[in-house]
Amino acid sequence: MEKLIDLILEPMGHAFMVRGLIAVTMVEVVCAVVGTYVVLRGMAFLGDALAHAILPGVAVGYLVSGGARGAVFWWGLATAVVTALGIGFVGKGTKLKEDTAIGVVFAGMFALGIALISTMRSYAVDLAHFLFGNVLGVSQGDLWLTGILGAVVLLTIVAFYKELLILSFDPILAVSLRLPSGVLRYLLLVLIALTVVVSLQTVGVGLMVAMLVTPAATAYLLTKRLGRMIALAILVGVLSGVAGLYISYYASVASGAAIVLVCTACFLLALLAGPRRALLRARAGRGQEPEP
Amino acid sequence: MPSVRRSIEHKHGAPILEASHVTVRFNGLTALEDISFRLDARERVAVVGPNGAGKSTLFKVIAGLLDPTAGEVAVAGQCPGGHICIAYLPQRSQVDWSFPVTVADVVMMGRARQIGLLRRPGREDRQRVRQCLELIGLTDLADRQISELSGGQQQRMFIAQALAQEAELILMDEPLSGLDAPTQEEIFRTMDDLRQQGVTVMVATHDLSLAAERFDRVMLLNGRLLGFGLAGDVFTPEQLQSAYGGHLQLVETDNGVFVLSDTCCGGGH
Repeated sequence: MEKLIDLILEPMGHAFMVRGLIAVTMVEVVCAVVGTYVVLRGMAFLGDALAHAILPGVAVGYLVSGGARGAVFWWGLATAVVTALGIGFVGKGTKLKEDTAIGVVFAGMFALGIALISTMRSYAVDLAHFLFGNVLGVSQGDLWLTGILGAVVLLTIVAFYKELLILSFDPILAVSLRLPSGVLRYLLLVLIALTVVVSLQTVGVGLMVAMLVTPAATAYLLTKRLGRMIALAILVGVLSGVAGLYISYYASVASGAAIVLVCTACFLLALLAGPRRALLRARAGRGQEPEP
Repeated sequence: MPSVRRSIEHKHGAPILEASHVTVRFNGLTALEDISFRLDARERVAVVGPNGAGKSTLFKVIAGLLDPTAGEVAVAGQCPGGHICIAYLPQRSQVDWSFPVTVADVVMMGRARQIGLLRRPGREDRQRVRQCLELIGLTDLADRQISELSGGQQQRMFIAQALAQEAELILMDEPLSGLDAPTQEEIFRTMDDLRQQGVTVMVATHDLSLAAERFDRVMLLNGRLLGFGLAGDVFTPEQLQSAYGGHLQLVETDNGVFVLSDTCCGGGH
């Protein structure tokens, strides 16, 4: 027992681990809540695309500031918001199906990001950090930024809870109730963009979608109530974040990957051991067809 | 947004719904052509026609989800504006029944406008939801997740939502399809309750005999308005033939016309 406590406390002796744990906890809470809407509205691909599309912004920030984290952050944020609005616009304006439009924009932006980063001398290391995160490199200032932006995201969702719920469940009802559907749709996109940027340092661009989707998907399998789904998603997310960080510490595994793997394990567990309906519901997918 | 709804006032004595020369074209194809009619309050009207006749399109125009290419729709003389008095119930096949919400949650959604932005439901809203559930007979199921309901209960849940919304005109797209006869009866009883509440109901259906027997008036649609009135006047062999073409078997006997089969169903839009 004492040994276990030692195992838990020992990493806390390092300031970088403490900061990492705080960062992971905050990020997981925000991701779980936003991710619930991503899962319910079937926006996983969009979230993934958004995460990848901010890479050029992050790269520009890195290049112009010589690596200052604040600049990287704000450039990433600006790119994410512009891309989120752009995707909302492209999806509406053209003949293309929305996912095709997203695919085109996302891959193009991602390539631009890689091209920009490849001009740097420490190309491989920097790219790895952007792609897979570096939660142990979080600074005090980063924590403040994460906390403030995370709080903004959460407060916005609390404020528009019932409208976002209606938009997710029945978009036609949202229109016939004359709710500002367009504004709400963009709002959700911007919230996802903010979440992506806030989480960038924890898991990086490449694994971002797992942070958004996996805890919420796990919770979806275990409950049929929205409130409980959000609470469970937070629980799964924070647990995986903390556990992943410890695994990363002791097993010398990349932190982002460790976090996502723990999270995935939780999901598989819920799928196999959760309520019997879970598998059926997952298989049946959406709704039932009426008999002719 | 269509120009129909601006003011909150309902014009006194105006019909609940008046469509004048409504025409809708998509990419040059005409879905609805010059549709004009009026509905009186508390009426129960069936809208029938083959697949692609424009039933859903007409409903979307009335609900304000789609702007007509030409013509206009007036609700209670003008428009409901802040008064969101039209409810357009989704087809059951288009609802994500595994969504993690309860029956009471869904009914409460109808109150969103009355509650207002940035506010939580108050005591009045909760009371209204309770009343609607009671009227529709779903009180015992209020806390169930929506996939636990039967087909008829699912349909009635959305009617309760429309009541919570204080809708005066409810549009239902194929509410009867896929339900057995006793369940259809359940829905008709609920529609009787709606009439008591002063609510006007428009129902799109494939079932010509139900339309003829259970509604005040029937509307026969096939792009154009082929007939609107009592079933006996509208469902004549000529009119039905021109609406359905060869897809409908008509048998004339001494007792009148029998419709043997209608094309039915699939209708996903």
